[in-house]
This record gives sequence, C-alpha cells and structure tokens, in this order.
Amino acid sequence: MNDLLSTTFLVGLIAATLRVATPLVFGTVGEVITERAGILNLGIEGIMFLGAFVGFAAAAKAEAAGMAGYLWIGLGAATVSGLLMALLMGLLTVTLGLNQHVSGLGITLLATALSLFGFRLVFGESSVLPSIDPFPQLTPFGDAPVIGPIFTQYLLTFVAFLVVVPVGWWLLYRTNFGLNLRSVGENPEAADAAGINVFRTRYLALAIGAALMASGGAFLSLASLGAFSPGIIAGRGWVCIALVIFARWDPVRGMLGALLFGGVFALQLRLQTLGFALPYEVLLALPYLVTIAALAIAGRNVAYPGAYLKPYRRE
Amino acid sequence: MTTPPPAVEMRGITKRFGSLVANDRVDFTLDRGQIHALLGENGAGKTTLMRILYGLYHADAGDISVGGQSAVIRSPRDAIALRIGMVTQHFALVPPLTVTENVVLGHNQGVRLKLEDAHRRVSEAAERYGVDVQPRALVKDLSVGERQRVEILKALYRDARVLILDEPTAVLVPQEVEQLFDALRRLRDDGLSVVFISHKLREVMSITDRVTVLRGGQLAGSVQTSETTPAEMARMMVGRTTFGMPSLDEASSTQPAARAVLRLDGVTAVDNKGLPALKGITLDVYGGEIMGLAGVSGNGQSELAQVLEGTRLCTTGTITVAGQDVSGADPDRIMKAGVGRIPEDRHASVVPEMTVAQNMALEHLGEYTSNGSLNRRQMRAHAEKLIAEYQIKARPDDRIRTLSGGNMQKVILARVMERNPKVIIVSQPTRGLDIGATEYVRSRLLEQRQRGAAILLISEDLDEILELSDRVAVIYEGEIQGILPRTEADPERLGLLMAGAKDSPQWA
Ligand SMILES: Nc1ncnc2c1ncn2[C@@H]1O[C@H](COP(=O)(O)OP(=O)(O)OP(=O)(O)O)[C@@H](O)[C@H]1O
Ligand SMILES: [Mg+2]
Repeated sequence: MNDLLSTTFLVGLIAATLRVATPLVFGTVGEVITERAGILNLGIEGIMFLGAFVGFAAAAKAEAAGMAGYLWIGLGAATVSGLLMALLMGLLTVTLGLNQHVSGLGITLLATALSLFGFRLVFGESSVLPSIDPFPQLTPFGDAPVIGPIFTQYLLTFVAFLVVVPVGWWLLYRTNFGLNLRSVGENPEAADAAGINVFRTRYLALAIGAALMASGGAFLSLASLGAFSPGIIAGRGWVCIALVIFARWDPVRGMLGALLFGGVFALQLRLQTLGFALPYEVLLALPYLVTIAALAIAGRNVAYPGAYLKPYRRE
Repeated sequence: MTTPPPAVEMRGITKRFGSLVANDRVDFTLDRGQIHALLGENGAGKTTLMRILYGLYHADAGDISVGGQSAVIRSPRDAIALRIGMVTQHFALVPPLTVTENVVLGHNQGVRLKLEDAHRRVSEAAERYGVDVQPRALVKDLSVGERQRVEILKALYRDARVLILDEPTAVLVPQEVEQLFDALRRLRDDGLSVVFISHKLREVMSITDRVTVLRGGQLAGSVQTSETTPAEMARMMVGRTTFGMPSLDEASSTQPAARAVLRLDGVTAVDNKGLPALKGITLDVYGGEIMGLAGVSGNGQSELAQVLEGTRLCTTGTITVAGQDVSGADPDRIMKAGVGRIPEDRHASVVPEMTVAQNMALEHLGEYTSNGSLNRRQMRAHAEKLIAEYQIKARPDDRIRTLSGGNMQKVILARVMERNPKVIIVSQPTRGLDIGATEYVRSRLLEQRQRGAAILLISEDLDEILELSDRVAVIYEGEIQGILPRTEADPERLGLLMAGAKDSPQWA
C-alpha cells in the first residue's frame, strides 16, 4: 500500500496520465468540433491510424534521407492525410448527404486498410519492426522535485493541453467562425437563411477535426513509441467518441474526460507491474469500464446538437 | 420627374418541383414604402415565390430586379447583400443561442466574436426600430411572438430595405398582431417595403397598400387595397364568388346531453420547468357542445391539451371521459376511452417522412396487422377511402411532409373523425389555413358537434372561439377565470378575463 501512495508513484502516475491522455485530447477536441457542426465522424479510429502510419512512414523516409526536420515532415504528412480523409467524409456526408454512420465506418475501414497496405509497400515484410528516433521529451522545469518529472513530456503533449484545448474552446465560443459552426450544427436552415455557407462550414469543421485526429495518431508513432504497429490505436478513436458525449461537446470537458481515461489507464498499467492480485485482462478493461460508467452518469439527458446526423439540403 | 424604380420587380417567374408547377410565369412588383399583401390558398405558391426572392429556391425561368438593377440571387447571402430580409413561416433561429448571437449570425466581420460589442449594437438596433427584445436571453426561452421580433430585428440589423413576412400573424395573439402592425407602419414610413403573406383578409385590409393574389401558381390579379373588398379578394383567390364562413349560428341547434362527457375535476399539472402550469382546473364539457377555451398563449393551454392527451401527467385531480376515469392514463388508453385529438402543432402530430396512408393508420396499427405483419393493401384502401371522403389533395403514397398545411390538417381530421370520438380535443385547428380549408375544418367540427361529440376547442383566435363555441371558458395563469355562455361572451368581456380580471361571477 505504501508503494501506491509514495511521491514517486504519484508523480509517475500523473506524468503517464498526461502522456496517455494526449492522443485522446487531440481526437476528442477534433471530434467535438466536427460534431458541433452536426457531423458524427466515425472515421476517427481510421484517421488516427492513418495519421500514425503516414506520419511514421514519412518521418522514416525523411530520416533515412538525412533530413533534419524529419519528424516535422512526418507530422505535416499525417495532417495532410487527415485532411484528405476529411475531404472524402465531406463528399459522402455533406455533398452527397449519405448516412453518417455508414460513411464514417467506411472511412475507418478504408483508412485502416490503406495504412496496413501502405506499411507493407513502404517497409516490406521484415520481422523487425522499423523504428525512428522519436521526438525528445522536453524538461521545462529541469529536475526540480515533483514538477520536474511531471512536466517531462513531449512537445505534442504541451501542444495538446496548452494549445489544442484552449484554442479549440476559443474557436467554438469566441470567434465568428465558431458561432457559424455551432449554428450550422444546431439549425442549418437558420444558418443558411442568415447567409452562412453551410457546406463550406461543415467541410472546414471536418477538416480541422480530422487534422487533429491524425495528429493525435501521429503523436503515438512519432513521439511516445517511435514506431508503428497494427495495434497502435487500439480503439482510442472509439474512446474519443464516448468522451465527446461525456464532454457534452465542450473541449474543456473533453480534456477532463481524456485525463480521467488516461489516469485510469496509467493506473492499471502500474498495478499490472506491481503484480496486483487481479487478472491483467480485468485491469486492461478497467479504463473502458470507467469510461462507460462516466458516460452513464454524465451522459444522461445530454442535449445533442440539433442537426446531429442530419444532412442539409435546400430542396 | 421620373418615378423611382420599384423596390423589387419579378417577371415571369416559373418554378417546378418535379411535375408540379408551383409558380407559373408570375409577375410581382413591390414599390418602395409599400406594404404589399401576397394572398392565395394553401399551396398557391406564395412561399415559393418569396423563397425565390430570398435565394432559398432557384427559379427555372424569369428575371428579378431589385431597385431597378437586374439581380441574380443564388443564396440568402446574395439577397442579404441586396438588402432583402425574410422571416420564414417556420422560424430560422438557433434556439440554444442568445438573441444577440442569432441576430448577428452570419453578419460579423473579422475573426473574433465580440459579444459585448454585439450586445450593445443589438440593443441599439432594437431601440432604433422599436423592437422589444432582451439581447442576452436565450431564444429557446422566448415566446413565439418574441421569436418573431428577433427574426424581424435580424433582418433590420442587416439593413434590409425589403422585408418579407411569411404568415407573421398566424402565430400571434391579437395584442401582438397590433404591436406588429404598429411596427410595420413605422417601418413603411421610413421607406421600407414589406411583403405580407396572410390568410386573414381583415388584416390585409387594415395594413396593406396593395394586394397580389396567386391562384394555383399563377397570378390571379394585383390591385390597390383601397380599391378592393374582402369578397373581391376571396373571389380572386378561389375563383368563385361567395363565402360564408361556417359558424354556430347557421348550425342547427342541438340539445346538449344531460351528462358531461368530459369532466375535469381539480386538475393540476406542472410545466417543463416543474412550475405549476395548471392550478386546479374544473370543467365539464357536454355531448353536443363546443366548449371554447380562450386565453393568451402560455397560460396553460398547451399543458391542458397535453394532460388530456395523456402526454403529460396531472399531479392531482381527476379526468373522466364518459364516466371512465382516465387520470394518469397513457395516450393509448385515453384514445380507446373515446378521445380524439387534433394537436396544435400539425407537423408534430404526423410522422413527416412517412406516407399519408401510414400516417392515417398510425394510431391503430393493430387493426392492419395480421400474424405480426402489416397489411399494406388494407392500409392503402383505408387511405383511399378517407382521401375521397375528406377531399384531401394527396395520394396515399405521398410523404406527408410534402402536403400543404390545409391538406395535412385534413389528414389529421380524417384520422380522428372516422373513429367517431366521444370527446375531441382540438388546438388551433385553422392556424395557417386558407379560407377554403378553414371553412372546411369548421364545418367538420360543427358536424361532430351535431353528432353529439363533446368538443374542447383551444384557440388564440377569439373570432374563431366566438363563432364556434356554445360556451367559452377563459384560462389565465393555469386557472379557469370564468365560463360564459355564448350569448354573454363578447370580445370585451373575454378580453378582461383573459387579462386576469377576477371580479366577474362564475357561470356554470
Ligand atoms: N421543396 C418542395 N418540394 C416539393 N414541392 C414543394 C416544395 N415546396 C413547395 N412545394 C409545393 O409547391 C406548391 C406551392 O407551395 P407553397 O409553399 O409556395 O404554397 P403557399 O402558397 O405558401 O401555401 P401555404 O398557404 O400553405 O403556406 C405546393 O403544392 C407545395 O406542395
Ligand atoms: Mg406558405
């Protein structure tokens, strides 16, 4: 029990929580922005996966070519791959007005298959997994006690908490674009009558969202792992979908949800290594169970965006 | 001196929806500083013509010029730039946003949303145009009349010089209509041009300068209001001469049954916010009588209707239908007890994406089911029968959302009346309907009264209440303020009760 409450344990837990939560923050804020415009993007799981792969492949090639900024090239490539998927999703759901569930799941299947196929094309079938020299961790507080190790984190983690969340919030609530976006998601007829281009706004929301999702995926391959594997996303996209509802479509609450999931995830990892007297399968399931429980409590009677899942046509 | 060009000129406008020609070579000229009525039966093409002017539809043929300049209007954005504003039949507001956010929506420059600035500018505009709104209120908390003011302010805020109002008075109570007319007269005096769509000829006579009438998508005529009469306008609308709006006076008198069919005894209920909405309603409606329920909207009428339909629980009190206690029963049991309902919101009482036949069978699917599967042929036959009997302009397989208001209401009437209900709860039955459809609905209601049904008629239209009711109950803040027999109910007296005057004695 002492082990559990020692400062080192807690500090390690908090640091790991931030790390685990990072891709979820990217994904959740991305999905919040998309859904606020009235579109459920179930392509998130595939887009995160594609981002992880494209980011990794581009970085690996650039690194092999001796380019200094290879990691940034990877991140940029991941973002572009996300934008392409957003374009496709927009074509299906905004322009053609097709069912969003089917389109999103289709995107996930497509992006996943493309990534696996691309991986074989680029790296062949070698038995050793290729890897790159990943983003280093930053130490803004040096080795000061407690805050030193807690804030020994990747740049993208700082970006997630200090840029993505506040800027996402600001974008939604403090810009004209955000007002347009929310009204398009609540009542596209009203937005249209007010002179807002509903289609363009929805495409932009999809684009911003998917760029964030893909970056979240790339965080895993370019920073925390420095490698790519088929199990790299492992359902994180689906967790984001749940967190969005938990968050009631608010970026800040989305961050809290990501921290909750990240915290339980990091805790169970540590309990596993401590040899806790529970089968590890149960421990592994723990963060998901907590997500479901949190959703059951916080997600009741939530007000979905008024035009959620509804394509807009002027007739 | 040459006369200034008209504010809007539409020439030869044609619009087809599939095989249906909604507008057929329509000409329409709106002068500056003019309030111009657009009249026509349901489905005549009024909304379509104005949606074309506002860029929501695209004409298949025809030209538009605005202020003398030929104009291409591809979207509301273009229309707004030409200083045209439109308040649509179904409001185009975003309910979870504030009044200010709704007003400035789509009209803001720059990246940042400067809310404080916006609040200030919206209050200023509201003051300048004499529109009474609270900038910080959420639209979803506003009454219909207030929402309409927000819509009008939204157009004026964008410097509209042409204001299109699509049936603005259909949702307003008499006092609000007067307020609206005052505002419109002021705006006209400032040089604004207004298109005013309405089915109420009295309103058209009192507020407009010119009248254009559409019939079956075509122009039926355009005249100065001062040179025409309601009868003349009605003739242009329907192509035949006389109109007698059915009222109780013409209906043969019935002897109300000795026993009340619908009895409410001390019924209380709370509204969505949990506040008391009905505070002990006691009311008897006899067979063969129409009991009108008058009141300013928001005084518990909707809650009362919901309680009687079984979609809202009454907290105390009892409701009996032909002696059967139905307090707290679900809608199905209430329906089986013999209650038919014609709810306030037509669109909410049908399933818009389903067909006419399906909607007609909806409440009694059991009767069309054999061995667990629906008998579609039987449903169709049933629909065909009702369509013929109630003269509905639709086919069984049409999606009900494509029907005009009048025809949709006929479907709902048919669905209720074919069951010969003992009690009919009917709210705002003729709201938004043209003269022909209104006449039809009223005569059907009187027919049901004749048959012996107990009818509770909830309406904000005092004329309608006075013309149809045997007795009139007035509701105020969830209480019955008084019940007047038809002979003693006059607008003044009802008005006092509706405003909450308590002193008048109770009639039984
Ligand atoms: N988007 C649409 N698709 C198909 N048909 C339509 C559409 N909009 C209108 N119509 C049809 O065009 C005709 C004219 O409709 P419109 O709404 O202009 O009538 P209106 O004069 O405004 O009637 P009301 O008094 O009931 O509002 C109707 O027959 C209607 O069913
Ligand atoms: Mg209309």
